[in-house]
Amino acid sequence: MSLESPVLEIDPLLDDRKNRIIVCCGSGGVGKTTTAAALGVRAAERGRTAVVLTIDPARRLAQSMGLTELDNTPREVAGIDRSAGGSLHAMMLDMKRTFDEVVVQHSDPERARAILENPFYQSLSAGFAGTQEYMAMEKLGQLRAQDAWDLIIVDTPPSRSALDFLDAPKRLGSFLDGRFIKLLMAPAKVGGRAGVKFLNIGMSMMTGTLNKVMGASLLRDIQTFVAAMDTMFGGFRTRADATYRLLQAPGTAFLVVAAPERDALREAAYFVERLADEDMPLAGLVLNRVHGSGAAQLTAERALAAAEELEDWAADEAEGSGESAESAGPGESGGSAGGGPGGSDVALTGKNDDRRIVDHGAGHADSRQDRPDDAGTERLAAGLLRLHAERMQVVARERRTRDRFVSVHPEVPMIEVTALPGDVHDLEGLRAIGEELAEGQPAAA
Amino acid sequence: MTGKGGTGKTTVAASLALALAAEGRRVLLVEVEERQGIAQLFETEALPYEERRIASASGGGEVNALAIDAELAMLDYLEMFYKLGRAGRALRKLGAIDFATTVAPGIRDVLLTGKVCEAVRRKDKAGWPVYDAVVLDAPPTGRITRFLNVNDEVAGLARMGPIHNQAQAVMRVLKSPQTAIHLVTLLEEMPVQETMDGVAELRAAGLPVGAVIVNMVRPVLLGDADLARAAEDSGAVAAGKRRTAVAKALSQAGLGGARRGGVAERLVDPLLAQAHEHAQRVVLEREQRAAIAGLGLPVRELELLGDGVDLGGLYRLADSLRKQAVPGGTQAAGGDAAQGPYDGEDLYEAAYPDGAGPDTADEAAEAPEAPEAPEAPEAAQEGAAGPAADGDL
Repeated sequence: MSLESPVLEIDPLLDDRKNRIIVCCGSGGVGKTTTAAALGVRAAERGRTAVVLTIDPARRLAQSMGLTELDNTPREVAGIDRSAGGSLHAMMLDMKRTFDEVVVQHSDPERARAILENPFYQSLSAGFAGTQEYMAMEKLGQLRAQDAWDLIIVDTPPSRSALDFLDAPKRLGSFLDGRFIKLLMAPAKVGGRAGVKFLNIGMSMMTGTLNKVMGASLLRDIQTFVAAMDTMFGGFRTRADATYRLLQAPGTAFLVVAAPERDALREAAYFVERLADEDMPLAGLVLNRVHGSGAAQLTAERALAAAEELEDWAADEAEGSGESAESAGPGESGGSAGGGPGGSDVALTGKNDDRRIVDHGAGHADSRQDRPDDAGTERLAAGLLRLHAERMQVVARERRTRDRFVSVHPEVPMIEVTALPGDVHDLEGLRAIGEELAEGQPAAA
Repeated sequence: MTGKGGTGKTTVAASLALALAAEGRRVLLVEVEERQGIAQLFETEALPYEERRIASASGGGEVNALAIDAELAMLDYLEMFYKLGRAGRALRKLGAIDFATTVAPGIRDVLLTGKVCEAVRRKDKAGWPVYDAVVLDAPPTGRITRFLNVNDEVAGLARMGPIHNQAQAVMRVLKSPQTAIHLVTLLEEMPVQETMDGVAELRAAGLPVGAVIVNMVRPVLLGDADLARAAEDSGAVAAGKRRTAVAKALSQAGLGGARRGGVAERLVDPLLAQAHEHAQRVVLEREQRAAIAGLGLPVRELELLGDGVDLGGLYRLADSLRKQAVPGGTQAAGGDAAQGPYDGEDLYEAAYPDGAGPDTADEAAEAPEAPEAPEAPEAAQEGAAGPAADGDL
């Protein structure tokens, strides 16, 4: 009935020692970080020496992996089953520190100090939009170069567009090729070459304009900054290019993470196309938070019809017995605000008075032990059916959304992960997700 | 309007814009993330970098939309403030624009916030504000404080000159009671945690926090008593009896046989499992609601639209926001006070223009003080918008 796509096989992906980098990308709020962490746990327990690089994990997820501080150093995750010979490290990216480290590593102490103290540098490195992407790429390059891990799992930054991650090296490249920076750094040099006239006009206009726009002190700060960064930029760019090529090379796999919602899947589709354009190897799509039902044979329509019937009977019975009617009263008054402030109980019951309902049930049991609490049971059954109808509607909607993606990209392997009622915050939860990613296989290799 | 990724902040921003337009206001809905989310929601073609009407309401209200492109905004800005048409093009050729909008991304945020504030302060020929309200679909919660505060940073960097002055003028608008930053969340742990962190950051930065809007609220389909039963251990003796009774009830309702292995009997376990999940979720949601209530901010709720958000759904959400606008003095977390007469506008305070140019921004920041005496600190925060909205027109 629904469209089929090839199954994304996670275990072979994790087990293949030739795979050294897995990048999880996708729009915000689809469980990207959780997926990356779950893959890390599973890879480690299947024998890989893995490290997970997360950008901005939710606090409790970070704690589940033993990350209590943002210190930019991979820390070993305790509680991993190491019987297969693997291990797991995890780290959170600290943009400013990564940037500072690069500066210190690639310039002499005096110049490094000049850069670190430059006000322009200080606000740039503190992480405006965009800096995260550069630094994530930089850190990935560093981790790969250290060669202490045989598998690096990267969680991409929560960008305004998930694509920024790929664009970072290119932007840096185009900036460094730009004449603007050369003008800023060494105006005199440029003037000495061919095309003197044009450039001179450009120059005077430039300097005037910039002074006018920025104010002289800011321009001076930027010039100092750019001059100080000059030697570093070259290395910066070489490394960014190298990381970019690394992402295209065999040994890297991209996983697009999405939820079965229109926007998330639209972004995922865009990402799939973009990866193809950039010759980046796509392993497949992880579809998180998919709902299912153990009673899928019962349609929403039939469930609703049956629920109505049961509710009618329950109402009849309540009327038929004075005692029941009185006690069941609160349970029937649908629509009032329940479920906390601003609750929106729409259907079966409103704000029930718990105690009274329970008393009512107990009273029945005492006085008429052999009779089941009919009205109560009917109402419960009706509630279960309404719940099921809602679930089936969700299932159908998610299926439609998923199918739309599959019709456009039938070639993309996919694995679905069931929605959980709550968030994951321990290794056990991550293991469970890992199992789902691997179609229910236990972790042991 | 901010919120964690995936919480539907674009949808909520668009709904708020529609709700305001339905009140007869001229509204500008701005998007800054170059995603064309507004065009998708309103089912129109991609928006160019120009203000374009995308919806109108009776009573003269209308929604105009603008998708800001950082690079064009830069040229626009240079042209407007410095009359730099030609030099602007030269800068572009030299890669300066590219530099400014990508490599030094802070400048990008300066441009975006600057453009928004320009729209807020824009006047027509008669001196009336062009827009009654500007709704900004802003970057996500994790980035919002830095985004809005970027001009403070810039004012510190460029210690004098036009950039410094411009940055300060923008900050004055953003920190004035004309502005309210609303946070969209879901009733899930991570978005709520991020909302709480975001509110703390915004407050620390002195930026005016508006309301928390809980989006995609799902109905609670079981009463408390049934929820309690559903959450019980399914192995208990009472549960066994209940299973049989439920099977019988399902069978009576025409869903097949109740005996062991019968069609109805086989439904019971999966249905109870779903109820169990539902009960867990309801408990979690109540915890999240309590956490949100602890912020002491006005809270609004928008129901989950079963079939996803289409244009019709957007109008339904807008309607829901209008109905939930409560009188100024109501307690912060009150969801039950909805349906009141529409006069308080704690949601509706996205930057009401009343200042003039950049030079009079001081006045703009001071002008709209509340004529009605605030009753409590929270009430003051809530009530601040009303007078600002209808302020000195």
